[in-house]
Amino acid sequence: MSPVSRGFRHLRRAPDGQESRLPPGQYVTEGFPVLSAGPTPHTPLENWTFSITQGGQAKKSWTWQEFRALPAETITADIHCVTRWSKLGTEWRGVSVDTLLDAAGYDAPYVMAFCDGGYTTNLPLADITGGQAWVAFGYDGGPLEAEHGGPARVLVPHLYFWKSAKWVRGLDLRDADEPGFWETYGYHMYGDPWREQRYAGD
Amino acid sequence: MARTALRGRLTWQAAAVVSVTGETASVVTIELDPPHWPGHHAGQHLDVRLTAEDGYTAEREYSIASAPGEPVAITVERLEDGEVSPYLTGELRAGDELELRGPVGGYFVWEPGDGGPLMLLAGGSGVVPLRSILRHRRRTGSDVPARLLYSSRSWQDVIYRDELGQDHDGVQVSYTLTRGHPAGWTGHTGRINQALLERVAWPAEAGPLAYICGPTSFVETAAAALVGLGYPPERVKTERFGGTGGR
Repeated sequence: MSPVSRGFRHLRRAPDGQESRLPPGQYVTEGFPVLSAGPTPHTPLENWTFSITQGGQAKKSWTWQEFRALPAETITADIHCVTRWSKLGTEWRGVSVDTLLDAAGYDAPYVMAFCDGGYTTNLPLADITGGQAWVAFGYDGGPLEAEHGGPARVLVPHLYFWKSAKWVRGLDLRDADEPGFWETYGYHMYGDPWREQRYAGD
Repeated sequence: MARTALRGRLTWQAAAVVSVTGETASVVTIELDPPHWPGHHAGQHLDVRLTAEDGYTAEREYSIASAPGEPVAITVERLEDGEVSPYLTGELRAGDELELRGPVGGYFVWEPGDGGPLMLLAGGSGVVPLRSILRHRRRTGSDVPARLLYSSRSWQDVIYRDELGQDHDGVQVSYTLTRGHPAGWTGHTGRINQALLERVAWPAEAGPLAYICGPTSFVETAAAALVGLGYPPERVKTERFGGTGGR
């Protein structure tokens, strides 16, 4: 039970009817804040590939043209950043991770997403299969801008948004759940916003 | 890269507010006395939680303004459409309690062993974690050369003006003012761009280590410009805020 903060009044409320869409400790923003640990990479599309790898070996790799030729879906989702903003009803275009994994074949319980700029994040296979995750290349009717992770980023909206790795270049299949970039610095290994799993131990 | 900042579970604690000191018309520094503080690295932040009478809570992150070993302090800018920052800058006073947990974050940090030369780029209240780094540098007697370029709307909006001053202790401080400047101003004016950084930043050949903190547009511009000057991306650490109206 938290002590009451003298003089603090409850001002900010979720829009009517949307309270149940807001995980604990989050507030709704209309903007689209940017958070990343280093400069925004700009990989030319002709050099871009997406790979499913295992043990350092590529099981399957797509050029940008091949990737964009895969069946794509429109996804509408609420997204939740660990820094406490949530954005409701965002619209994306992306390729289902199921499509990518099915083409490569897989038999591993975890993946490490890897990205331009060296960013990584760990995800259970069970959370990125079954229509729960995408590699998104479009946002709000247009291309995905570089500062938001373009040309392509992971979209796994049921976890805190650091799991939706920007500038993604592939998924490495792993036998063990190893920490990625922010997880190494004490952020939660799983990151469920509904259980407020912000930091290790939450 | 392997520096892990968090050990075990981060628990909430009620810290005594020791003082609330005005820095500018819209910015205060709050000194806190948490009962259990494990210590922090320069550049880390902490979480603050406010609780209303109806049980509603609001949490935000704030950069730690003080150096490791100094009393814990945060510096907060009032955002008019915010929920937490107006309370912290307008209502909170010495003798109150403030719930916090931390420290948090372990990438945007500096220790003397990380070396330099340091290129620090601050946009507005993004100067807060960089001030912690500069204080840490001074307290540890580090001789790593450092430059700070601080972009502010106006001279009145410059935080820690007296402390940062001009050049001191091997730190070269320069300012750019983006919305008007005092008569006789000899510093830079306008938003940062590559041309300004070419004049102010360490050349890439010096092997600098850069820390950039500020609003997204500032960080995007500054980071891209440093990379354009030849800084390796992995030597450019960024921390961003703004656009959320939430703090």
